[in-house]
Amino acid sequence: MSDIFTEETRERARAIMARYPAGRERSALLPMLHLVQSVEGYVSPEGMAFCAEMLGITKAQVAAVATFYTMYKRRPVGDWLVSVCTNTMCGVLGGDKAYQALSEHLGVGHDETTEDGRITLEHAECLAACDYAPVMTVNYEFFDKIDADQALGIVKQLENGERPQPTRGPRLCTFKEAELQLAGWSEDRDGAVGEGPAGEPTLAGSRLAERFGVSVPGFDPNTPIARRDDKGAGPGNSVPPAAPKPASDGKPAGDAPTVGKESK
Amino acid sequence: MSNPSQGALAKLTPVLTKRWLSPDAWKIGVYERLDGYTALRKAFAAHPDELIQLIKDSGLRGRGGAGFPTGMKWGFIPQNDGKPHYLVVNADEGEPGTCKDLPLMMADPHSLVEGIIIAAYAIRANFAAIYIRGEAMHAARRLRNAVDEAYRRGYLGRNILGSGFDLDLVVHSGAGAYICGEETALLDSLEGYRGQPRLKPPFPATHGLYASPTVVNNVETICSVPYIVLGGAAWWKTMGTEKSPGPKIYSISGRVNNPGQYECSLGVTLRELLDLAGGMQDGHSLRFWTPGGSSTPLLTAEHLDVPMDFESMAAAGTMLGTTAVQIFSDQDCPVYATYRWIEFYHHESCGKCTPCREGNYWMARVLRRILSGAGTHEDLDTLLDACDNLLGRSFCALGDGATSPVTSSLKYFKQDYLDYIEGRKAPMFGAGELVGAH
Ligand SMILES: Cc1cc2nc3c(=O)[nH]c(=O)nc-3n(C[C@H](O)[C@H](O)[C@H](O)COP(=O)(O)O)c2cc1C
Ligand code: SF4
Ligand code: FES
Repeated sequence: MSDIFTEETRERARAIMARYPAGRERSALLPMLHLVQSVEGYVSPEGMAFCAEMLGITKAQVAAVATFYTMYKRRPVGDWLVSVCTNTMCGVLGGDKAYQALSEHLGVGHDETTEDGRITLEHAECLAACDYAPVMTVNYEFFDKIDADQALGIVKQLENGERPQPTRGPRLCTFKEAELQLAGWSEDRDGAVGEGPAGEPTLAGSRLAERFGVSVPGFDPNTPIARRDDKGAGPGNSVPPAAPKPASDGKPAGDAPTVGKESK
Repeated sequence: MSNPSQGALAKLTPVLTKRWLSPDAWKIGVYERLDGYTALRKAFAAHPDELIQLIKDSGLRGRGGAGFPTGMKWGFIPQNDGKPHYLVVNADEGEPGTCKDLPLMMADPHSLVEGIIIAAYAIRANFAAIYIRGEAMHAARRLRNAVDEAYRRGYLGRNILGSGFDLDLVVHSGAGAYICGEETALLDSLEGYRGQPRLKPPFPATHGLYASPTVVNNVETICSVPYIVLGGAAWWKTMGTEKSPGPKIYSISGRVNNPGQYECSLGVTLRELLDLAGGMQDGHSLRFWTPGGSSTPLLTAEHLDVPMDFESMAAAGTMLGTTAVQIFSDQDCPVYATYRWIEFYHHESCGKCTPCREGNYWMARVLRRILSGAGTHEDLDTLLDACDNLLGRSFCALGDGATSPVTSSLKYFKQDYLDYIEGRKAPMFGAGELVGAH
């Protein structure tokens, strides 16, 4: 086995396995394949062997999984994975054209990498951001409402060694760094979790409600929870709640008429 | 642009979205100041069975597409069976058009964490996982941060808030496969296998994760729980309809002036939603739309006043689905839209059963031929034939869903197909230049 998988990586693989219930370590396989990509930039045969060894399963079992999922790449991905959504909504609003423009400019097709090995292009299925359509992502961070020119501008910045700022999401990290987060490691760049405020489409309904003073009447956080008739043993009854009640909770639950249907 | 009508504004129900305008609500301190984790304390003072009953009484129905009653699902978990129980949150959001769970997790991740703790306590689960689609980097980042914060504050881990209840919560990123949103495929994927659906029964309630009793719920479903715990079932039912109670996040995309997320009373109509979203864009008039993602049959301008709740949508021959309202205009081609969706189903078919694997492959080719001007009248029969073989005969609902755009577009827009076939409409492309053809 190649020594690309250092003791640190092995330690990380063991940490992933420890997240799942004892005896269920195989659940670690998907995150572990992300971990492999954080080291290699794709999943090589050595990467599969590494997972197999860590989990005590066969290489064929790992390969069957690795080849099933779109995000595990079989060839090295560049520092920048550029994904353009060409599902229906983005496609008709301009995503198809943006993809074509990028493909021509970069001289690569779907799932291909530029000759200098830095940029990989792919078209993506619906990225759950249709209210921002058309969208593209770089290492899975969103660039919203793009047209072909803007898409080209973003990619040219990448070519120039710059890091364009995503519309919603923090400053970019490299593909390998992103893969470490997908393996389950928390963001460690100062302030990055907070970067990338929500855009107007996300807030559209909330803004209307605020502007026109709409709220749902009758909300009383002290509304009691209907009690059961029999008080059998259970964590809620056997252990008195040591936690303070909500500051606003004036009445103990259960001394008022029940809401909803009668409990059985 | 004119203001929405009073009638439409009255349909807004800011409940799950009420913290979204607070930009730092993803931080635990801000969340707590905005009443965060008060529902958890209230829930711990109740017996788990009382919480299950409360959710039953609220009439909450699953927000992942199928609308299954949530309280009933929780009630199916056998108790005192000596087996571990699990709660799995479905954050795989991949149904084309659907874009509500990601913004919810980005803006207010702790509401999901709080809902998970309450739900896990109710069903007596000590291990929970959020299965989030891999591409959702930023939402996963916010979630991981929220989970770390919740552990540090004692909301997760051992003896939470002195209740005696233990819970571990893992954020598990997927790797790009729509089928993993199907709950049993999700469980296989979470166990470290290819994401392929399992035969049901047995259902996850008895044989779920690691063959143990498991509840799988959508993000929005679980995020509803803290509000029901606080406001009560009767209050929850002041919103929505009798059989589809509560608020619901409607996601409007496409040819409208203000696409976005609009949380409304279940049963809002498209006319009202369009009003809220600033109307159709100039030069566009409504032609077709999906009520809840690409797997829900298309509707047309005839359906502007049908209430968007589970029952009324079914009566109109479609489904409420994920309330992913995609708006297309007279400038959009229903045949192309259908083609693109079928390419999606073809790409995402897990390959386990023949009708779906082969059916989508052939339908994509036939649609492509029609769009390139080489289609025949028999092609339309072939499409309907393929749908016949898929609907009700595929192993899981992905195959059923694939028939929705095909049969509904043929029902309402057959003329568009004929225009390509009979040469009245210019071919959309030569066979070589198809984006997205895999
Ligand atoms: C192909 C397919 C994809 C699905 N994708 C999702 C999804 O991304 N998120 C989701 O919550 N449910 C999805 N579902 C529905 C789930 O199978 C399941 O019904 C749901 O998670 C149950 O949660 P609920 O009762 O809270 O709605 C999908 C179903 C199918 C057939
Ligand atoms: S219907 Fe499609 S996705 Fe579902 S099991 Fe069959 S091949 Fe797989
Ligand atoms: S179609 Fe592009 S994000 Fe949904």
